[in-house]
Amino acid sequence: MSDDGADAADASSPTDREYAEWLDALADGDGFAVVCPEGHGSLPPRRVCPECGSPELSREPLDETGTVETYSVVHVPSPRFADDAPYATAVVDFGPTRLTGVVRDGDAERDGDDAAPAVAIGDAVTVDIGERATDGERLVAFRPAAGETPAEDE
Amino acid sequence: MSEVRVAGVGLTPFGSHPERTGRDLFAEAALRAFEDAAVARSDVEELNYGNFMGSLAEHQGHQAPLMAEAAGVRCPATRYESACASAGVAVREAVRTVAAGDVDVVLAGGMERMTNLPTDEVTEGLAIAADDLFEVRSGVTFPGAYALMANAYFDAYGGTREDLAHVASKNHANAVPNEYAQYRKEVSVDEAMDAPPVAEPLHLYDACPITDGASALVLVSEEYAADRDLDAPVAVTGTGQGTDRMALGDRDSLARTPAADDAADAAYADADIGADAVDVAEVHDCFTIAEVLALESLGLFEPGEGIAAAREGVTTADGDLPVNLSGGLKAKGHPVGATGGSQIAELTRLLRGDHPNSDHVPDAEVGVAHNAGGTVASAVVHVLEVAE
Repeated sequence: MSDDGADAADASSPTDREYAEWLDALADGDGFAVVCPEGHGSLPPRRVCPECGSPELSREPLDETGTVETYSVVHVPSPRFADDAPYATAVVDFGPTRLTGVVRDGDAERDGDDAAPAVAIGDAVTVDIGERATDGERLVAFRPAAGETPAEDE
Repeated sequence: MSEVRVAGVGLTPFGSHPERTGRDLFAEAALRAFEDAAVARSDVEELNYGNFMGSLAEHQGHQAPLMAEAAGVRCPATRYESACASAGVAVREAVRTVAAGDVDVVLAGGMERMTNLPTDEVTEGLAIAADDLFEVRSGVTFPGAYALMANAYFDAYGGTREDLAHVASKNHANAVPNEYAQYRKEVSVDEAMDAPPVAEPLHLYDACPITDGASALVLVSEEYAADRDLDAPVAVTGTGQGTDRMALGDRDSLARTPAADDAADAAYADADIGADAVDVAEVHDCFTIAEVLALESLGLFEPGEGIAAAREGVTTADGDLPVNLSGGLKAKGHPVGATGGSQIAELTRLLRGDHPNSDHVPDAEVGVAHNAGGTVASAVVHVLEVAE
């Protein structure tokens, strides 16, 4: 993975390099967690396991589909998400670790002018990379897993 | 070990003061604290000062020496930062230092300026208390994070938006007589239910306002108070702090706040009391769901039972266990770096009998204060008792 794999905004901050590489992996369908021998999963960058301090960390793939553990539809965004609202953000369990991201429709990126996609706790979703409507920045995106019926709007 | 007494408390009115500098706000709170304490400024041996976003709001770092000047004290001065628990940790270190016998007099508190920034910049500023890489970039705002916790709580234990509206309505009612409160107006459950959404399930009245303000406490050793015959009947008898994983998604449970469990356990052990001894509480209700989570972490309610406490009248002013008689962060306001000190000031006034809401707790002897940072990755709990 080359250093210029990061997009311009990510590369502008040297501390974001490992995050950018992790996003690249997610985009390639190779999303991973950093896991210690005890099985504690976390997200990079890590030198030791945040739960037990073990320095023996390896990369393990995320589950193909994850389960929504909680979500919220955000109506009042930060400036970075000004054109994205309303949008749904969720915490999803992917096996070795949970991910926090934005829920997107199964097809094209939404245009930001209607309701957020419907989502419910327990939904099965996949993860890849989406684009922030406000500025085109990459972000973690969840989409309904194939064969899943979108949840009824709550 | 020395017992720590609250010799004096001082607050600014909480509210919108965009034209006032941070140094002026803290100066006002300190002035009131010294008037209340009748302690000489020259006796102050340390200043412990809490502030979260002064570097953003006022382009002012290194604020502790500035605030020592503003308060008219010359002593070692340190700024503490732990997001919305900044003043809580500042007070905690003051309590520990006095209890250890290192010093006899500490000025502790905090200040925050927020309303001089546009709302979207405050939203962005508060979000820096979350994990930038794995939460903020994924669209998690500060209300959004508590909304994630609220939905997780509802899923785990049940509960509804209406239960939360009762928390808002209760705390607004408590703020009405409080001269320091930002919103001294009642809000009905229906009004709270009908307010626009911020981050579902949280709506406008589930959220605390954006607030400017400062708090200051003069904390002294029992010996110092006795030698000078100070009128300082309230003691800080317990302090505890807890830390959790920074990102909400990394916590064991999304519907609990273990850092506050740890802080409460430590504070109760320090004070040698149990949760059943608590008569009155000031808890960190930055959002209505946060009050529910706080009550459960403090052991005042079992997990899953805190949600109904306001609706059933247990925690209202006339209930068995009044919570946030000050109005809470919800209605009194939340100048984040000042809040932890403000809670101790309000509890002190409630226990001394000189708070406008003291009549609701005439026999209270034990109070507990719960101050949280971020989505409770940090938590500080203090126990206050009437010592004489």
